[in-house]
Amino acid sequence: MADKISNKQIFFNPFSKDNPVIVQVLGICSCLAVTAKLEPALVMGISVIAVLAFSNVIISLIRNTIPTNIRIIVQLVVVAALVIVVNQLLLAYAYDVSKQLSVFIGLIITNCILMGRLEAFAMGNKPWPSFLDGVGNGIGYAIILIIVGFFRELLGSGTLMGFQIIPQCFYEAGYVNNGLMILPPMALIVVACIIWAHRAWNKDLQEK
Amino acid sequence: MKALKKLMDKARPSFEEGGKLHAFRSVYDGIDTFLFTPNETSRSGVHIHDSMDSKRTMIIVIVALIPCLLFGMYNAGYQHWLAAGADSFPFWQLMSYGFLAVLPRLVVAYVVGLGIEFIVAQWRKEEIQEGFLVTGILIPMICPIETPLWMIAVATAFSVIFVKEVFGGTGYNIFNVALVTRAFLFFAYPAQMSGDKVFVASGKMLGIGGEIDGLTCATPLGQVATSGATDAAGVAGAMTDIAGDPVSLWHMFLGLIPGSFGETSTLCILIGALILLFTGIASWRIVLSAFAGGAVMALIANWCATPTYPASFLTVGEQLCLGGFAFAAVFMAPDPVTSCRTNTGKYIYGFLVGVVAILIRTYNNGYPEGAMLAVLLMNALAPLIDYCVVEANVRRRMARAKAAE
Repeated sequence: MADKISNKQIFFNPFSKDNPVIVQVLGICSCLAVTAKLEPALVMGISVIAVLAFSNVIISLIRNTIPTNIRIIVQLVVVAALVIVVNQLLLAYAYDVSKQLSVFIGLIITNCILMGRLEAFAMGNKPWPSFLDGVGNGIGYAIILIIVGFFRELLGSGTLMGFQIIPQCFYEAGYVNNGLMILPPMALIVVACIIWAHRAWNKDLQEK
Repeated sequence: MKALKKLMDKARPSFEEGGKLHAFRSVYDGIDTFLFTPNETSRSGVHIHDSMDSKRTMIIVIVALIPCLLFGMYNAGYQHWLAAGADSFPFWQLMSYGFLAVLPRLVVAYVVGLGIEFIVAQWRKEEIQEGFLVTGILIPMICPIETPLWMIAVATAFSVIFVKEVFGGTGYNIFNVALVTRAFLFFAYPAQMSGDKVFVASGKMLGIGGEIDGLTCATPLGQVATSGATDAAGVAGAMTDIAGDPVSLWHMFLGLIPGSFGETSTLCILIGALILLFTGIASWRIVLSAFAGGAVMALIANWCATPTYPASFLTVGEQLCLGGFAFAAVFMAPDPVTSCRTNTGKYIYGFLVGVVAILIRTYNNGYPEGAMLAVLLMNALAPLIDYCVVEANVRRRMARAKAAE
């Protein structure tokens, strides 16, 4: 099964057709938590890409030596080690964003996408395809995070990456930022809208 | 009427399949059945024939809302005149001021909501459903008079699409559409939906009324929530109208207090309730048990009143007359689509609406309007209540059948 998919498909499928967030509906929790602003969403996306790619490679390298009974523990140890590295890097080089993301970087360990990819792909494939799969799925996750973060920050705060986008004259004319966009329920609705548009576009994904 | 019928009949062919105005078929259909009794009847099987279709139901609800609407207009004018410091209150000027204040909001709510309904009906090749008829009139009535028009438009669009259409249109929504509109406004634009600047119209309407600067007047409930623990002796006395006079229970019952447009007058709401209960449109079980639940919770809150929660000093009568409680209990909670179906469930549902409304209002100072959240919460729980009632019934009958063996 795995041999039949080309490397290109492994890399590009998770972008849209096999997207971890909007098709497999994994990692929704962090999608709600970190997307109130675009910047943390971006950093979170990059962190997940990095952790997912390297944990996929490491697990793939040692996949034949991991005893089946304790494979989840081994996977968790690898992911946890990588998450700690990422967290330390963020603390060192992007302290403010790291403060905004708070526990959610640590919670990458529990992100369903990671365990899913490790179990479903890295345990049965060679390192290079596993790397591509990790990067592809990470990007698929990051795309959704960025889209959600874009709309939530634009409509909720009138800014993007902290810069004011909605012109001041709008506010003077009576425009008010939508406070609901900052609250988690709206993240769910934005994700739902993305799924809606995506399914409308890809007819073969529609459930009967 | 005959001429109108002739006109409609003459226009019919161009709306049918192949006609040049076919794209607007659902619009034609909607107007036609709105004006005249449809002459299509079921062709097969046995059906109960009843003149009480959903269009009739909706129209009776609107009739029941008219006292509140008229009073809302008068009160909008009255509050404005009071704020301007006037001594005399010319009735027709007050009415026309309120009319001009509410008209744009009504129009916006209807245009946006019905527009979306028309588009969706056309898109799905269905008939236009009449559910928005009532929702459109409810939306301006449960919003503060000063809510900007574009906010009403955004909120209406949001709730019609995400609460009604995505679930399949009228009759399939799990939440009350009008209340979701208000909840959306409340959470998205809190500054425009609460506080002391929005409940009294301050501008001129077509030359009627005067300009008022720096007007502040919160609703009585808003005053209670913000008055803090200092006047523990008698918080009720701390409630004042715009002119600074204390508000009596009689005023609260009549509704001459600042508040959302249509919900201030408990008297008019009761007139509406009589119409709805007499015609059998609203379930008396829900209305009655909602008031009972509210009264019980208000008694409990008043019994163990503490200065930490100033609203707990309100008496039962004040709790039931203030804010949107009565309006929600009469016009929102018994909505047949989102409430319970079973009779036992209706008692439980109504009672919990009352209890939760007073509970939120009293013990959460951030949300003086608990009725909205209570009805939405119970909308979500209604299917669960029905399920439990039905299961309990099944178990009871099983036990009886076993015992008879």
